[in-house]
Amino acid sequence: MLEDLFSVVRTRFNSDPSDDQDAQKRKKTDIPKGLIFKCPRCANNTFMDDLAANSKVCPKCGYHSRLTAAERLDITVDKGSFEEFDADMMSKNPIDFPDYEEKQQALREKTGLKDAVVCGRAKLRGEDIVIIVMDSNYMMASMGSVVGEKIARAFEYATLNRLPVIAFTASGGARMQEGIVSLMQMAKTSGAVGRHSAAGLLYITVMTDPTTGGVTASFASLGDIIIAEPKVLIGFAGRRVIEGTIRQRLPDDFQSAEFMLENGFVDMIVERKKLRRTLAHLLKLHKPYNGGAAQ
Amino acid sequence: MTASQKMEIVRTKGRPTVRDYIPMIFEDFFEMHGDRLYGDDGAIMGGVAYFEGIPVTVIGQVKGRTLEENQQCNFGMPHPEGYRKALRLAKQAEKFRRPVICLVDTSGAFCGVEAEKRGQGEAIARSIMEFMELKTPVISIILGEGGSGGALAMCVCDELAMLENATYSVISPRGFASILWKNPARESEAADIMHITAEDLKALNVCDYIIEESEGGAHTDPEQTAENISEYISSALKRNLQKGLDEMLNARYNKFRAIGEFDEGVEKTGVPSDS
Repeated sequence: MLEDLFSVVRTRFNSDPSDDQDAQKRKKTDIPKGLIFKCPRCANNTFMDDLAANSKVCPKCGYHSRLTAAERLDITVDKGSFEEFDADMMSKNPIDFPDYEEKQQALREKTGLKDAVVCGRAKLRGEDIVIIVMDSNYMMASMGSVVGEKIARAFEYATLNRLPVIAFTASGGARMQEGIVSLMQMAKTSGAVGRHSAAGLLYITVMTDPTTGGVTASFASLGDIIIAEPKVLIGFAGRRVIEGTIRQRLPDDFQSAEFMLENGFVDMIVERKKLRRTLAHLLKLHKPYNGGAAQ
Repeated sequence: MTASQKMEIVRTKGRPTVRDYIPMIFEDFFEMHGDRLYGDDGAIMGGVAYFEGIPVTVIGQVKGRTLEENQQCNFGMPHPEGYRKALRLAKQAEKFRRPVICLVDTSGAFCGVEAEKRGQGEAIARSIMEFMELKTPVISIILGEGGSGGALAMCVCDELAMLENATYSVISPRGFASILWKNPARESEAADIMHITAEDLKALNVCDYIIEESEGGAHTDPEQTAENISEYISSALKRNLQKGLDEMLNARYNKFRAIGEFDEGVEKTGVPSDS
């Protein structure tokens, strides 16, 4: 306490007022692009550094902005516990879609990801889990062959090893570039969820921004417990498609996490900073009960 | 014939719909209504009937021909209660050990405010998962349009057949053109690159059988087409009724499990061994 005070005094002594003015001037004039985050829900501008310090949550409206898979794993699982599955799996071009391979190659270089989902096993506050994290930086985390296969394998692994699954969903829907093959991934993943569920195992979905289309209409909506981050977009059809059908502008909270809670499709909305704690509690609550018998 | 030409045939006025086919293919059809949760969706009809003396459950997606009919069936675009009705009837079929015949014909699940409020995504997801585990044979036939998740919800089956001019796609060609090229008018062009015809889908192992239509399309001779459909259902039931339950469910799971094209990278990592 006392030392803290001293350090404040010391910095005051050390600071040179001219330096300070320079710093302020810099702040006002040179703001390179990419340093400001504009909130898609409330349009407020925040410095990236401030946003990062707040777990990428908009300080004004509480919108939970998108995390990379690596950032999500970092704040969710126990340090050093993550073992990735199928890290090198890459999709082919099942319907020979023009430029699909080139587009993917460019994205792989840009994001360091091989496709839009990262799966593996890990520990969360000591509990063994299988974790699935979708990353919207890769083709808006659309679901094609690789996403479907990795998710199905993760559930099959969890079924075989009797582990709970936690899936952080985010997706623009099915991957158009893989045509019907991507539609079939909805059946593949939902089938694998069904077998995991039939084995009496826990599956928790955490819906993050944006969970839409074919992912909402398959494994994302099938969790035993469905959690959503505040204000995120959750829905089946695209907003513009619906606005086109009804020829009216939809209210801002349409297809939000809150809208889904109100309509009965989400169990709870949990803030990012409380998520790890909540998941740990739920995992503990679902551990096999020994009937109260003495150990 | 190109996909866009087939789409023209499917859209021909007078192409037979589920309402035309049911009396031509089945006997003693008793229609059932409602999902027991919210309401009765006119875009999906279902009930019990005989097929060659075997009791079956028939579930079909309904399209209309007149404006009035189309208002009743919402132009063949189901709401969540439609999928929940289909699932209710499928579970009823499971209870009484009747095979399920799904007749699919939709441009897609309805996109609207009420559909979102009542959980269109959840309704389709649950339908997919439950049909995958349904302990009775499921045969699906796409009659015209097989539009996206709205069709898939009734295409999780032991065998998928398509009429020769039918299409099945991840999104309507119109939607595809509008998303990828921001121009819905390039619909035909989109159809031709999307691999949506019965032949395309057979090559991709999505469709198992192609059912011939009468010369020029099903509208030229609905009865002949209905006869071809009956012949197919007859053989499909023979193939599937003799399977054991585990064999049937594993084959159904693996049918979908096997679809997808990927490389495992240079080193095959796979999942860590059991621990």
